[in-house]
Amino acid sequence: MVRVEFLGPIQKDALELDIKNLNELATILQGDKEMSEWLENSAVAVNDTLVSSLEAPLKDGDKISLLPPVCGG
Amino acid sequence: MLYLYNGALDVPKILKDWYEEEAKSNYGAYIPFVGTVRSEDEIEGLSFDIYEPILFSWFEAWQKKAKAKGAVIKMAHSRGDVLLHESSYIAAVFSPKRRVALEFIDEFVEDFKASAPIWKYDLKDGKRVYALDRSTAIKGSGILGVKN
Repeated sequence: MVRVEFLGPIQKDALELDIKNLNELATILQGDKEMSEWLENSAVAVNDTLVSSLEAPLKDGDKISLLPPVCGG
Repeated sequence: MLYLYNGALDVPKILKDWYEEEAKSNYGAYIPFVGTVRSEDEIEGLSFDIYEPILFSWFEAWQKKAKAKGAVIKMAHSRGDVLLHESSYIAAVFSPKRRVALEFIDEFVEDFKASAPIWKYDLKDGKRVYALDRSTAIKGSGILGVKN
């Protein structure tokens, strides 16, 4: 199982999913209408490192984070 | 050296503390940037969420770049609510010579705006309203939205 967390303004509870890579997560989240806007503008981190590809394999216990647009300061 | 505080920053104290910490470090330049909440669009203030694990790793990468040039960066940011005319952000660079510090403070604050995992909300009528129109998508965003 991996844990998926939605950060900042994304009002969604964390998910526990049995998936092997981020492509499977994309498919699941694309089926959630409330997430469609966030998927277009959010970055993705696996175990707190930003990733640029959906191909990297996931392992049991991984933490995935979705980071919507930022504005510090 | 990254410091997070609940609520508004005590700007005079932080600037003084940082000055005193480095007073004997032989830096020739100390260049601080202070961000203050302005009155606009009838907001009562701003509010911030921070994702700390990635903020700290982002900051450490910048500190390494600064160290390679003999400089040091310090940063303070607020969590939660910060009201009008209070401050939520201080960044400062210390360096042996002014040019490095002047260039670093510019690059650092710009990348902070574009990359640091902090989310800003306007406080209006006691509610938090996400400031999407002033926010920037982190580089590489959108990969989960691409249809197979």
